Amino acid sequence: MKRFLGFVKKEFLHIFRDYRTLFILFGIPAAQILIFGYAVSTEIKNAGVAILDLSHDEITLKLTDKIISSGFFKRTENLLDYNDIDRVFRKGKTKAVIIFEKGFGKKLVSEGNAALSIIADGSEPNTATLVTNYTLAIVNDFSTELAGPGNPNSIRIKPEVTMFYNPNLKSHFMFVPGVITLILILICALMTSVTIAREKEFGTMEVLLVSPLRPIQIIIGKVMPYFFLSFINVLLILGLSWLVFGLPVKGSLVLLLGESMLYILMSLTLGIFISTVSDTMQQAIFISLIGLMLPTILLSGFIFPIENMPEIYDYISMILPPRYFISIIKNIMIKGTGIMFIWKETLILILMTLFFIGISVRKFKIRLE
Amino acid sequence: MDNKVIKVRNLVKRFGKFVANDNLTFDVHEGEIFGFLGANGAGKTTAIRILSGLLEPTSGEVIVAGFNAGRESEQIKKNIGYMCQKFSLYEDLTVKENITLYGGIYGLKTSVIRNRIHELLEKLHFREYENRLISALPLGLRQKLAFSVAVLHEPKIVFLDEPTGGVDPITRRQFWEMIYETAAKGITVFVTTHYMDEAEYCDRISIMSEGKIVALDTPENLKKQFNAGTVEEVFIKIARPNISPIHNS
Repeated sequence: MKRFLGFVKKEFLHIFRDYRTLFILFGIPAAQILIFGYAVSTEIKNAGVAILDLSHDEITLKLTDKIISSGFFKRTENLLDYNDIDRVFRKGKTKAVIIFEKGFGKKLVSEGNAALSIIADGSEPNTATLVTNYTLAIVNDFSTELAGPGNPNSIRIKPEVTMFYNPNLKSHFMFVPGVITLILILICALMTSVTIAREKEFGTMEVLLVSPLRPIQIIIGKVMPYFFLSFINVLLILGLSWLVFGLPVKGSLVLLLGESMLYILMSLTLGIFISTVSDTMQQAIFISLIGLMLPTILLSGFIFPIENMPEIYDYISMILPPRYFISIIKNIMIKGTGIMFIWKETLILILMTLFFIGISVRKFKIRLE
Repeated sequence: MDNKVIKVRNLVKRFGKFVANDNLTFDVHEGEIFGFLGANGAGKTTAIRILSGLLEPTSGEVIVAGFNAGRESEQIKKNIGYMCQKFSLYEDLTVKENITLYGGIYGLKTSVIRNRIHELLEKLHFREYENRLISALPLGLRQKLAFSVAVLHEPKIVFLDEPTGGVDPITRRQFWEMIYETAAKGITVFVTTHYMDEAEYCDRISIMSEGKIVALDTPENLKKQFNAGTVEEVFIKIARPNISPIHNS
């Protein structure tokens, strides 16, 4: 055991001595989150809205005025009927159309409620969500004001939100699961394969193999630091996205962390596997980057929804571990579902882990032979 | 068997169709400096890997430090030291950290490691380098340190695979002084080299060519037998049709 601990300590030293490793470990995830954070800006300013006012009464004019003068929006057009909506979205400047139903003001006064619809351009999911949320806030504000301080619930404007182009628009927080998935598989697989390949390349692996350390101790010793650091990374990413974007974890945090550990383990074993097929660090880097990063970004559902892919890519993505982890993590973080809904994905990840351990052990032996 | 620490009988190692070690038979005695010569690709490294438990022999019997190299390689590993062609210390760790690491891997107690570090650094006049990174040391010092680390746990046998490649003559001489000291302590030294002058320092040498041992005796006897003035001449006479003189590295 002491042998082993000394060895693990050495691995930590390697990591902490090499600024590049540290940067990849912690700099890149932080940068990714922040870059996405800026790309997925939480503020809007002068977003184009078109108004389709079928009522044209005092109240609708007032509300329109309030929305436009908020500073977040800028009126692009006043529409005359529903057929104009498509046209105005196609022009691209308009991010949302706000529609007041016929007799909006009258209904509101007589019945206490009226319907308002917001149709947003779903092809830019993030903007669409922001625009609708801002509008909803203003509308809410307006109805409380109108009702007066006495009975705030007497007047209710029922907003109805629809997405044009991308009706299944989910949360714009989608990118956080994607980033976690990408970062973990990259760091774990890349770092492990590189660190093992490095020992091979420098000849120190030979010395280790000649020593009384068993191959399994060498492997575990090498991946253990990365297991811990990757786990810290998960906490870092979750923490950052909570602090910067206020992204909560709807489901069980324990389950989320448990699944993350499973995924880290899977990625580490994948890294070991990559190292057994590459003799130099360059090969290891190449295989990890090309073999993992691109498919993860393109095919795992990180950016492009799998449902929209041609069938063949759907099948290809089935062999990609990130696909399952993204699904797991989205379920836990965004939908707040429990293990009952993700046991299949979890099982697949466990099987993949066992599979990679199996081949790596065999390969490692063959190499010694 | 009493003082034979290495006993090899009919060792054959094949990689597919290629025969790297063709029926080797030899013994190495305790406390001996045994030189293992041969051109590049003659099969030296394969043999040394088999002896140190890194590779399994295809056939034949190999006993190292009393243990069978095929079946008991774990036991062998505890009783040997190893220093390979490539540099075997970690460049991003300090002198002290490297020594501590290897000491720990070989199961030495922390207090023992501390004492050894102290002794070693005193002996090598290394005191001021204790906390320097290996990458900041000149090559000669590194090689000496690597050797010291390989015998840190006082193994029965130490295998040196071309330990002096690329080292200046003065350091090489110092290095050989260290080898003598080690052998004097009863540690058997098994060394491969292609510096022929170094071969003269060995107690016995074996010369390999194309996977076979073609000569094995003391340097003196070999020179007599082949009517040569130096080991280098012996080597050239034996290896001739295929190999030109070797001074290299």
